[in-house]
Amino acid sequence: MTLGPVLFNWSPEAWRDFHFRIADEADVDTVCLGEVVCSKRLPFLMPHFPDVIERLTKAGKEVVLSSLALIMTDRELEQARELAATEGLLVEANDVSVASLRAGRPFVVGPMVNVYNEGTLAAFEEMGASRVCLPAELPAPVIKILAEGTKAEIEVQAFGRLPLAISARCYAARARNLAKDSCQYVCNLDPDGMEVDTLDDEPFLAVNGTQTMSYHYLNLLFELTALRKAGVKRFRLWPQTVDMVAVAALFRAVANGAMDPAEASARLTGLCPDAEFANGYIRGREGHVFIDDDGDAPLFPGD
Amino acid sequence: MSDLERPELVCPAGTPAALQSAVDAGADAVYLGFRDETNARNFPGLNFNRKELEAGIAYAHERGAKILVAINTFPRAGTPEIWHKAVDDAVTLGADALILADIGLIGYAARTHPQARLHLSVQAAASNPESIRFYAERFGVRRVVLPRVLTVQEIAALNPRIRPVETEVFVFGGLCVMAEGRCALSSYATGRSPNMNGVCSPAGHVRYVETAEGISSELGGFTINRFGRGEQAGYPTLCKGRFQAHGKTSYLFEEPTSLNTLAMLPDLIKAGVTAFKIEGRQRGRAYVGAVVRAFRAGVDAALAGKPMPEINLDDITEGGRQTTGAYERAWR
Repeated sequence: MTLGPVLFNWSPEAWRDFHFRIADEADVDTVCLGEVVCSKRLPFLMPHFPDVIERLTKAGKEVVLSSLALIMTDRELEQARELAATEGLLVEANDVSVASLRAGRPFVVGPMVNVYNEGTLAAFEEMGASRVCLPAELPAPVIKILAEGTKAEIEVQAFGRLPLAISARCYAARARNLAKDSCQYVCNLDPDGMEVDTLDDEPFLAVNGTQTMSYHYLNLLFELTALRKAGVKRFRLWPQTVDMVAVAALFRAVANGAMDPAEASARLTGLCPDAEFANGYIRGREGHVFIDDDGDAPLFPGD
Repeated sequence: MSDLERPELVCPAGTPAALQSAVDAGADAVYLGFRDETNARNFPGLNFNRKELEAGIAYAHERGAKILVAINTFPRAGTPEIWHKAVDDAVTLGADALILADIGLIGYAARTHPQARLHLSVQAAASNPESIRFYAERFGVRRVVLPRVLTVQEIAALNPRIRPVETEVFVFGGLCVMAEGRCALSSYATGRSPNMNGVCSPAGHVRYVETAEGISSELGGFTINRFGRGEQAGYPTLCKGRFQAHGKTSYLFEEPTSLNTLAMLPDLIKAGVTAFKIEGRQRGRAYVGAVVRAFRAGVDAALAGKPMPEINLDDITEGGRQTTGAYERAWR
């Protein structure tokens, strides 16, 4: 189990305390830390990095430092360069530039980098990628082919709002008639993302600053066992403001065969009662749908 | 501005007729794709078969224009053959360059056809010098189509740092507001995406629904916009829709609008851009002809140090609205 980086703009203290609790209580193997979405947020988190890394490491968790997804300015590139030079910790490249800067040493390819096929996977492996978290829209049969043909560990996103797009424009600021340069950090008002509804009041998307996410929460509890058999080595849980210690326990229990997915999914609903679940992508369908009938949309058609 | 290099005008063609129209109107290069999911404009009735490409290359070359073949989707694991075949055929038929996005496919092209000129598609979203260096040094990529996230000032600062790699920027047409190649909104709503299928907000998933108030446009069952009676119902491109957030209804991502940088061409030339790209492979020959003529006149005027011609392109822009997009910082 991997806990992904917190994608939202949480207060630095909340961010620190969240990770302290993860260190002390959560049954996850790896924790990713870093600002992926907006470089303006990073300075506020920086002072807490040493304490959080120490607490997680002492608790036996592997710490991975995650890069920004969209790198445009010199300052952002300089930060990426420093990140890529990190000794002693794995680095997750969420932009090709970071993979390039890290080449020759082990790194993780993050889910915002496009790995859709064997050739791209091999190219990153050759550069030193030891782990690849795949993009959200890949269906299970494609994941299986990738997992079978690589020595790198394949990781699949399994819980939380899905990152769907990244932009130079900040939609949290725009929604409040603010410019990005004077945004007042309004993205911190929506710690699970700003809900976006259609004109018919149908929940559709969520906005996290410059990132657009799914309204639905990904839930791959029903697919975990089959994906493990297909060679997927890790599952990524995206932090939300729910009890992530309990969420991680459910995914661990199902992955270990200690709990039935239906039972775990019912408990997951209890942990995030407002969330609607989705698993469409993994079944080759629209990302927002949830399918619990394998006959209707088999995970591995033809198997 | 005689000391400035003459930028190449790169124009779209979804059909042989549009290709001829673009060349006749003064295109320096025409870009196009094959009639399948190897290219990011995989729409019904569009694009070229091998024979049409061969004829198009002959037509262009006779008139001093180049043909660039876009093979810019991301091949799915297990089925690389159609992408490889597209690369092989484009090279064999004499394309002047290939426009590619996927690292695996770029590697294939560089290995298999080391003499081929490779351009990096906007779909690769190479937004900084390090990413560009990666593609140039590992695969010999010669030109990068820049993602629509950078300002003119940022582009001007970028160019000297990546030479001899050339940059190409979009100057007109539909515009993505998300970093291209890094957007799964379409597949979230419809199951079909630009990266995997070469389509965004595909027509097969669009419905126009009559309601008491007027017409709702839907994509994948989600209402993207609503129009009053007598109002022209626009196409429901997902990121150009009206949505509600915090109780406010707005074009949250972007208005229905078209990029138009005609007035900005001198600045873009000064920024050291090698090629100007016009979007619109899904457009007809009349559109292509009109836009290419306008930008041909614009580029020629800029090079001659003359004022930009006043050409009204309102009729052919989306919703009659125009933007200079990310080229101006305030857009962000």
